[in-house]
Amino acid sequence: MNPEKVVFGFFIVLSLTLNFGFFVGEIDDPVHHNVYELFAVLIVNVIATLLKFGDRSQLGAVLLSTSLVAVLQLVAAAVVWMWVEHISGSGLTPSAMASIVSLSGGAMLANIISVVLLIIETVMLRR
Amino acid sequence: MDNIVFLILRRMRRPLLTLVLVYAVSVLGLVLIPGQDAQGNPWHMSFFHAFYFVSFMSTTIGFGEVPYEFTDAQRAWVTVCIYLSVVAWLYAIGTILSLLQDKTFQHAIRERRFAQRIRHLREPFYILCGYGETGRELARALTERGQHVVVVDINENKINLLKLQNLRDFVPALHANARTPRHLLEAGLGHPQCAGIVALTNDNEVNLKIAITAKLINPDVTVICRADSHDIEANMASFGTDYIIDPFDTFAKYLSTALQTPGLYLLQRWLTAKPGTLLPEPVYPPTHGHWIIGGYGRFGKAVYDRLKKEDISITVVEAMPEKTGEPRQGVVRGRGTEEETLLEADIQKTVGIVAGTDNDANNLSIVMTARAMTNKLFVIARQNYRENDTLFQAVGADMVMHPSAIVAEKIRVLLATPMLYEFMSLAAYQEEDWACALISRIAGLVDNRVPAIQEIIIDHGSHCAVGEALDRGRVVTLHDIMRSPGDRERSLNCIALLRISRNSRELLPEDDTELLPGDKLLFCGTRHAFSTMEWTLCHGPTLEYMLTGVDKPRGWLWRRFTGKEKT
Repeated sequence: MNPEKVVFGFFIVLSLTLNFGFFVGEIDDPVHHNVYELFAVLIVNVIATLLKFGDRSQLGAVLLSTSLVAVLQLVAAAVVWMWVEHISGSGLTPSAMASIVSLSGGAMLANIISVVLLIIETVMLRR
Repeated sequence: MDNIVFLILRRMRRPLLTLVLVYAVSVLGLVLIPGQDAQGNPWHMSFFHAFYFVSFMSTTIGFGEVPYEFTDAQRAWVTVCIYLSVVAWLYAIGTILSLLQDKTFQHAIRERRFAQRIRHLREPFYILCGYGETGRELARALTERGQHVVVVDINENKINLLKLQNLRDFVPALHANARTPRHLLEAGLGHPQCAGIVALTNDNEVNLKIAITAKLINPDVTVICRADSHDIEANMASFGTDYIIDPFDTFAKYLSTALQTPGLYLLQRWLTAKPGTLLPEPVYPPTHGHWIIGGYGRFGKAVYDRLKKEDISITVVEAMPEKTGEPRQGVVRGRGTEEETLLEADIQKTVGIVAGTDNDANNLSIVMTARAMTNKLFVIARQNYRENDTLFQAVGADMVMHPSAIVAEKIRVLLATPMLYEFMSLAAYQEEDWACALISRIAGLVDNRVPAIQEIIIDHGSHCAVGEALDRGRVVTLHDIMRSPGDRERSLNCIALLRISRNSRELLPEDDTELLPGDKLLFCGTRHAFSTMEWTLCHGPTLEYMLTGVDKPRGWLWRRFTGKEKT
């Protein structure tokens, strides 16, 4: 058992599960989407990205790029949240909530690809 | 490029992870701990404010508590956060700094810069592998002729030495093992402008590896190799290495030329020595009588074989014949530095001695001991290290065999003046009288200095005036371009040595030879003569004057005025 693989797989799967947890629920209902969960998703995704640094394989490069996409989407969601809460002052309107959740939905797609790649790699290289 | 980015990413992974974790914990703590607003109402910091606060917290402690004054619980947490984040930042910055000072990292950067520079070369260049004595001499000679050179050496000190050297052209240098194909590729082996690769390392195996790599990766490139052993030479020749240079065999060949045709040997010395130095004196090695060869190593064997072919009786003096192998006849055990061994080898009847061990001190000692025992002695000394130059000059050997110098000279002729190389191989078939006649002509030409060598191609590119005149159907003879532009009755101080015209080669072409487009000419003479000749070759009106003796009016008005027709 390779401890590096364990940690790596853990963070990749965790980023998907947390992302899913944040994403489910009525898309425009702020009650269904917790800010702490978004925070956790963002942090876990950044960690997962950093873990992929320095992997020179082809698959590693693709994993890095999907993670970067996810982080980008989540940062965009966080910025939207910050904007409506603190700068525009309009608060979490249904439309703002919908755009935040849809951005995180995009991130989830990227995370799904990451997990699929991880599974492919595991299946292909049985060691 | 990839190397550097991956090196940074790999090294920065841990510090960045630490930083992200510290930030996450700090932000989360600040959001969770209840605070108060200005009116004393319970208030929770939002993620936005927490992130803002944490971001400036570690760098500017004391900036203030925003947006409302903190409660004691918040302050306690911030205290913890400050220590955490300061340490995390120091860790990250420290890692970056140590990465920048890291040898591997710096080497990766230098290698990348070097490869980039090579990629941008737009003119033909040669790769020199090994920057020892030979490499240095060659780099200087080639850059002085305006050719471009790239250097690869495994020793960093030698690369640094190159930077201190004052060469005329910038020479990119890589500190790397030339045995690795990747490094040769970085040095431009696959580059379309790569004209040749010269393997000069002091390791035969490495030279062999370089030759194979070059022939496999870029079969069109000229490969020149130094080799000291016949095994390796045969190996190199088997896959088509263009030139294999063995300093010992080369010198032995010179020696047999000097024995058979001293004039031809002198001609060769005069033309291939460094231009501007004093003309070498002629040498006449005795062809009859007894010779002693001190040291039966690679050099001793090469000389022995050559002398044997001349039917000269030889005694070999060798300290360890069981190691070097014994010649068929006449071997005396000893170093040759003592009188007894030399006496045993018949020094009294000897006319020539070869001090050919691989130890400079022993060689000098052999020469001095032998000189003390008999007066008339032809001395050939092998010099292994350049720093002993003055000693070998002082001992006054008739011929000095310095392997690095021999290899450097041969490659210099080959690369810088390929036509001279061809001339010498053609001249080898000529009679002694022919050589002596040419020597006296050269001696009358230059003032006791080695003549300069010039190659000229008659075409539109570099020497347009002649090319255009030929296109217009004018007849230009060799004599015309050798006239002095100041006074066409006088000739420039130069001799035409060789003319290559549509695959025919002509040694010492006659003055009235008519030039054809595409002709290649080889001259020797003074530097001044060649700079003057450029005028004739490139400047139309000067050429016109040379051809006709008339300085034609150039301007339209003056032509109308004199009523002469335009040619």
